[in-house]
Amino acid sequence: MNGSTALRTRRLSKWYGWDNTLVRAVDEVDLEVPSGQTLAIMGPSGCGKSTLLHLLGGLQRPSDGEVWLAGRRIDTLSERALSRLRRDTVGLVFQSFHLMDELTAVENVEMAALLAGRSPGRARRRALHLLDQVGLADRATHLPSALSGGQRQRVAIARAMSNEPQVVLADEPTGNLDSAATLEVLRLFEELRNTGQTLVVVTHDPRIAAVADRVISMRDGAFADDSLLAETATGTVYGGVR
Amino acid sequence: MQDVVLAMLAKEPAHGYELRSRMRNALGPLGEAMNAGQVYVTLARLAKAGLVTSERAEGLPDRPDRRVYALTPAGQQRVTGWLTEVSWPKPDLTEFHLKLVAAAAARLADPVALVDAQRREVLRRLRDAQRAALERSVDPVAGLLLEGVVLRLRADLEWLEACERTWSESGRAGRKAGA
Repeated sequence: MNGSTALRTRRLSKWYGWDNTLVRAVDEVDLEVPSGQTLAIMGPSGCGKSTLLHLLGGLQRPSDGEVWLAGRRIDTLSERALSRLRRDTVGLVFQSFHLMDELTAVENVEMAALLAGRSPGRARRRALHLLDQVGLADRATHLPSALSGGQRQRVAIARAMSNEPQVVLADEPTGNLDSAATLEVLRLFEELRNTGQTLVVVTHDPRIAAVADRVISMRDGAFADDSLLAETATGTVYGGVR
Repeated sequence: MQDVVLAMLAKEPAHGYELRSRMRNALGPLGEAMNAGQVYVTLARLAKAGLVTSERAEGLPDRPDRRVYALTPAGQQRVTGWLTEVSWPKPDLTEFHLKLVAAAAARLADPVALVDAQRREVLRRLRDAQRAALERSVDPVAGLLLEGVVLRLRADLEWLEACERTWSESGRAGRKAGA
């Protein structure tokens, strides 16, 4: 951990509707995620955690407040700059994997690097390396349909790592997985954490706590308990050295 | 059972039969199965231990269900200790449920805060069990036990979330009614 802040928000809000139909999906959230931290935001469905994740990753624009990613304010960026940021700075992992069915595992992983302008050779080498890291070197040429749920999610995580993102954001990454596949994904997150990758996971799956440095509980668009679980196996977290 | 009976008395002194009906109300259909004698046996034990006192109610026959029971200071202290206890040795849902009911009735503690404290404890245990399961050296049979532990703790957490929702709502309704 280098002591810097990977993500920061100030009074971050997202509203839908107006007047008496106004829904405060995210309600003045202040958050600071140090580089290298694995943060889990837990809450029931509808508590605003997915919206929060979308705001953090520049997938949605806030109604009010600020988002800072790697020292740069992103809520005021142009659409073009935002899309570059999503491609280069953020890695996204979704519950339903979002892999392209007609592409093989390695093609899915290298796609992000190709879109970022890397040469085909370099993109392929990087993708194979990442698949090896997630334990799927021997599945590189398989289509998603030939992979188990856990394997598909590992491919999606490899893809998220493709452009060496500052932050990986995951939305219910174990939501569609059975126990054994969840273990695979948790082990992978544990490895990412050990390499100093900043990771924010929103989930209702408490098992994610096993790999989190910090767990925040979210209710009705706001943090209900921002230190639900703040200690790690090896020491304290808050801005400290792990 | 002793802690539950004490906590049910925390709101105000009560006749034995009132106490019993408070517990039956709090337990709903599950209260039907409650043995009437159990409450009086417990009350007798608590009196012997100096945790409750009882007085004969005027104009009524002197029977355990007609006596008025009240907490002694030692009883009060024990209730406070029980409310803040977050151990979950063998999760007794009935006991925890009655803890919340008693805490709310006597305004001894915010039920939502009690749920939160318990949730933190259960989540900590779940994290530890899941971490143990992540160890690659765990053999499949031992892993199976850990999976069972994790599954049970997940169920506990889900129930605690339901408790939090309901008690938060009733807290809001109570504040509105009081306003």
